[in-house]
Amino acid sequence: MDFAAIFKAAFALVVGLDPGFLAIVGLSLKVTLTAVLIAGLIGLPLGAALALARFPGRSVVIVCLNALMGLPPVVAGLFVFLLLSRSGPLGPLGLLFTPSAMIAAQVILVLPIVIALTRQTVEDLWSEYRDHLRSVGLQGMRAIPTLLFDGRFALATALLAGFGRASAEVGAVLIVGGNIAGYTRTMTTTITLETSKGDLPLALGLGLVLIALTLAINAVAFGASRIGARYAG
Amino acid sequence: MRDVTSILPLSLETVSFLGAGRKLVDAVSLVVPAGGVTVLLGPNGAGKSLMLRLCHGLLTPSEGRVHWAASATGRAKRHAMVFQKPIMLRRSVQANIDHALAAAGVARAQRRERAQAALQRFGLSERATQPARLLSGGEQQRLAIARAWSLRPELLFLDEPTSQLDPAATRQIEELLTGLVAEGITVLMSTHDLGQAKRLADRVLFLHRGRLIEDSLAEYFFAEPQTIEARAFLAGDLIW
Amino acid sequence: MIRTRRLLLAAGFSAAFAGLALAQTTTVAPPAAAAPAVAGTRFIIVSSTTSTQDSGLFGHILPLFQAKTGIEVRVVSQGTGQALDTGRRGDADVVFVHAKAQEEKFLAEGFALERKPVMYNDFVLIGPKSDPAGVAGTKDIVAALKAIQEKAAPFVSRGDKSGTHSAELALWKVAGIDLDQKKGSWYRDVGQGMGAALNTAGGMGAYVLSDRGTWISFKNRGDLTIAVEGDRRLFNQYGVMAVNPAKHPHVKVNDGQAFVNWLVSPEGQKAIAEYKIDGQQLFFPNATQAGA
Repeated sequence: MDFAAIFKAAFALVVGLDPGFLAIVGLSLKVTLTAVLIAGLIGLPLGAALALARFPGRSVVIVCLNALMGLPPVVAGLFVFLLLSRSGPLGPLGLLFTPSAMIAAQVILVLPIVIALTRQTVEDLWSEYRDHLRSVGLQGMRAIPTLLFDGRFALATALLAGFGRASAEVGAVLIVGGNIAGYTRTMTTTITLETSKGDLPLALGLGLVLIALTLAINAVAFGASRIGARYAG
Repeated sequence: MRDVTSILPLSLETVSFLGAGRKLVDAVSLVVPAGGVTVLLGPNGAGKSLMLRLCHGLLTPSEGRVHWAASATGRAKRHAMVFQKPIMLRRSVQANIDHALAAAGVARAQRRERAQAALQRFGLSERATQPARLLSGGEQQRLAIARAWSLRPELLFLDEPTSQLDPAATRQIEELLTGLVAEGITVLMSTHDLGQAKRLADRVLFLHRGRLIEDSLAEYFFAEPQTIEARAFLAGDLIW
Repeated sequence: MIRTRRLLLAAGFSAAFAGLALAQTTTVAPPAAAAPAVAGTRFIIVSSTTSTQDSGLFGHILPLFQAKTGIEVRVVSQGTGQALDTGRRGDADVVFVHAKAQEEKFLAEGFALERKPVMYNDFVLIGPKSDPAGVAGTKDIVAALKAIQEKAAPFVSRGDKSGTHSAELALWKVAGIDLDQKKGSWYRDVGQGMGAALNTAGGMGAYVLSDRGTWISFKNRGDLTIAVEGDRRLFNQYGVMAVNPAKHPHVKVNDGQAFVNWLVSPEGQKAIAEYKIDGQQLFFPNATQAGA
């Protein structure tokens, strides 16, 4: 196996901005970013509410949530697949083998991460701010906007963690998306496909882009935590 | 429509608070009229902090009731509290004040004015955009008082506000409090610092093991304490 | 407090639905080679096999179909068994596989109204150049399999209910070898598609049955080469079926049938024959052949 030739071909692909290649990268970003956005919209308030609420069985809920952070992507994919198949309960929506199905599956993967990390962050902040917030009239759920905003750096890191998990997975998007050329093919599913076809330059090129993306995310997360530390004093 | 009736006097009617099976506050009755500095004095563990929280509404009495002369709950409470360790939000100095005003329901246009007025009154204008948590301890406590003041309270609770500050910062805070009283704000504060109590108090409430055992004007209390515990405390003995 | 939480949940779910709806309306543009789609994105879903996908045939013929009819064909590739199940569940409009027995079962179950033969390619037995079973060059696949089993030479099976897998199992049967009894550590069941199975065979120096199409376009050959080819029993017939609307009323009957008709039309058959890799034709159209 000629590694030099493979790397050269991979590099050429990235630099040459091949439209098929760009479409794949674009779809991956679109699916994962949308999934993270939706998971954030649902998970941030839910996680904060969970941090503040007290009800019987709360510990059980928290343990289950933490466990769901490790949900195998392929299982999430299978679950969504069974829901969205024409023979399944949500079949009439006609969403199977579309980017929307992929987004739904990734939301399921990202949501537990967002909720669990938000709960932890908000709970810590609440124990610190509680007296003052209640003093100025923000008791119970009314404190949520304050807590979410003040926890913004830790929460941004949580969202970035969710992004990392979603952008790296292949099991879920493969099952519910069907890996359709030009329509539901992402970086990870293409890497799988091209590797199995023995077309290593393309697979590797995409792998390099994926790694670069992960590096960028981690750099941003690090920067965010540094700025956050400044405000935390 | 502004409610012009004062919330004072504040009265506690045989208020008790149970915790861990004991009465941490035991059948306390007192009245706080408008004006001046009332100091809650007593050794650590006497229940001073609990008393303040019960008055302010952060805790609910197990027995008895806390009664204000007019509506004093909800968003526009008209009484505010400053804590022993200043609680600073992870925002700028001005944003901290703005947040409290927003919580009280003040409209955006007036929030800016009132926040800036508070910054100016307490000498924090230069620090307006700095992260509040980077201020020194004394400055943070000053900000906490400024924040409470911006809410236009009739009564200000302070829970050992200078116990964590150095003497210079302590003196600054005490001067601020005197200034607030001159404006007409009633102050109810706790301290275990005898010197501070002597410097500031118009009236002393002495607590021991959750019971209010002395309640008199400051000059009488320091000159002639009525109870053994108070005498021991003033003499510098450890009592519990 | 409960009311606020419900409000939050409601807000969250409406946001989610909005997001999904939004994503549904914005689709990624089809490949540059395709003609612009008719307004409203007319498309059908075809479930086919990984070996057909891996061969690159679709990349060649589908743009031609789309240019003519304006219908975008979205291909979901799986193993044959899975592809047929996708049709059974109604998740595809057309099924295009290469396992006649399984296709006829599909037909008998009423999931399609008819089956049309389209083309054939052939299987080849791939093996390491070192040829541990000594079968290289023979034209008799059955004799070769017997030799492999007797010498316990490593053999990779796709094991995924695919058309290739079915063909492999059928050949073992013809050779009179009961796999359940004679299976040993030499028989490696990988449960994967053709490309992956080839990768694995190359990695462990094993024999593997592959369709010629995947083999020709496979780029990671390593030490592998064709050991046995040309036996009539290695021919691999492809059939196409439109899913029966009586079973699944939502399937796109007209557009699906248009695709089926095009595949067996002179135009479609010509397009299939013209697909070449390295100058070699992979698929041989035979829609008009009786009994195919």
